[in-house]
Amino acid sequence: MTDDYNSLPPKLAELVADFSTITDRAERTEMLIHYADQFQEVPASVATRPFPEANHVDYCESEAYVWAVPQNDGGLRFYFAVENPQGLSAKAMAAILDQTISGLPAAELTAIPGEIVRTIFGREISMGKGQGLMGIVMKVQHLARQYAQG
Amino acid sequence: MSASDIASRGYAKPEILVSTEWLADNLKNPNIRIVESNEDPLLYPSGHIPGAVEVDWTTDLNDQVRRDYLGREGFEKLAARIGITPDTTVIFYGDKNNWWATYAFWVFQLFGHTNAKVLDGGRLKWEKEGRELTREVPTYPATTYSAPERNDKRIRAFRDEVLRHVEARLPLVDVRSPAEYTGEKLHMDGYPNEGALRGGHIPGAQSVPWARAINPENGTFLAADALRAIYEGEKGLKPSDDVIAYCRIGERSSHTWFVLSYLLGYQKVRNYDGSWTEWGNLVGVPIEKP
Repeated sequence: MTDDYNSLPPKLAELVADFSTITDRAERTEMLIHYADQFQEVPASVATRPFPEANHVDYCESEAYVWAVPQNDGGLRFYFAVENPQGLSAKAMAAILDQTISGLPAAELTAIPGEIVRTIFGREISMGKGQGLMGIVMKVQHLARQYAQG
Repeated sequence: MSASDIASRGYAKPEILVSTEWLADNLKNPNIRIVESNEDPLLYPSGHIPGAVEVDWTTDLNDQVRRDYLGREGFEKLAARIGITPDTTVIFYGDKNNWWATYAFWVFQLFGHTNAKVLDGGRLKWEKEGRELTREVPTYPATTYSAPERNDKRIRAFRDEVLRHVEARLPLVDVRSPAEYTGEKLHMDGYPNEGALRGGHIPGAQSVPWARAINPENGTFLAADALRAIYEGEKGLKPSDDVIAYCRIGERSSHTWFVLSYLLGYQKVRNYDGSWTEWGNLVGVPIEKP
């Protein structure tokens, strides 16, 4: 990804910029595990198992799901589930999105590039893994577009 | 599940598996080296079986320039780093039902490291049983390992061999998801096509998603009878068959290669690691869609 983070929502832009400066793999890993530890699963008031196929993230090997719930203030709150208990990367990605873009107006979230995954997780991430994590970003974007279009 | 449980499952080579119980009793065994190999690179640093080293498939097992596995020298360096000799019994385990563990196991077999076993149930079972995990990364004195040249002939298939295999109407197993097999899903919606130009499967390939060989509750391998019901009852394979397994890049199919070769005792199974990312992009090869 280029260093053009200006098009991203501010908190996400800041986070992506922080990750872009990391060159040490262990440091990146620590930060990602820190986010994975903060992952919060979708509450039962929003969704219960079996989760609907409509919320399933394509290509994510960790069986991730994303929900978007409009808020009274006009924002769009996102919720996530990761069914693979060992899907730490998916949990980290979900926690990052939860903390940086959840609650923003849908119109601000329609063009988040999947490429942020490679900046956050490092360019050495495997193609399959990268696709799965980008799938989470794409699902957020897809849901935001639905709401942005009304 | 105990070692005797593994022995009662009717496998051709039951000694290829160790139980979590056995491993817990052998953590200090100087003749073994525990190797964790995961799909998710965050898992090992977040906690692993005490004494386990990590072998990362991207950085440790692949050549960093050409699309290929590491060569003899690279393998010797890897072996030295994890402190093994040809006499060390390497116990592989990992996430995703040992998917990446069997992939690492397969690469080690390209160099003839036959002192190798897989932890039945992998990381999932170890965690579910509440067994100890640590974040302490062990170091072992570097060893000198004299490896043979990599031998691709026996267990690895290349595209021209696959084409001849197809023309000879010999059996292939496509271990990807049903949607990948039918060609319905090829790449991520709304994202540039990174996988393959065309969807479908290699003509004549039977669809057996790799994880069918696993008990999803605890990640252990199904008993031999249940495996035979799938590969032989449903798909008509025979232990004497010359079989090629493939997926997208050869990692999931190494799991099926392991099941057919060691648990069911098939004599000639090869893993086509070029898999769909090669076949689905090749000019002039046949592709079948249902």
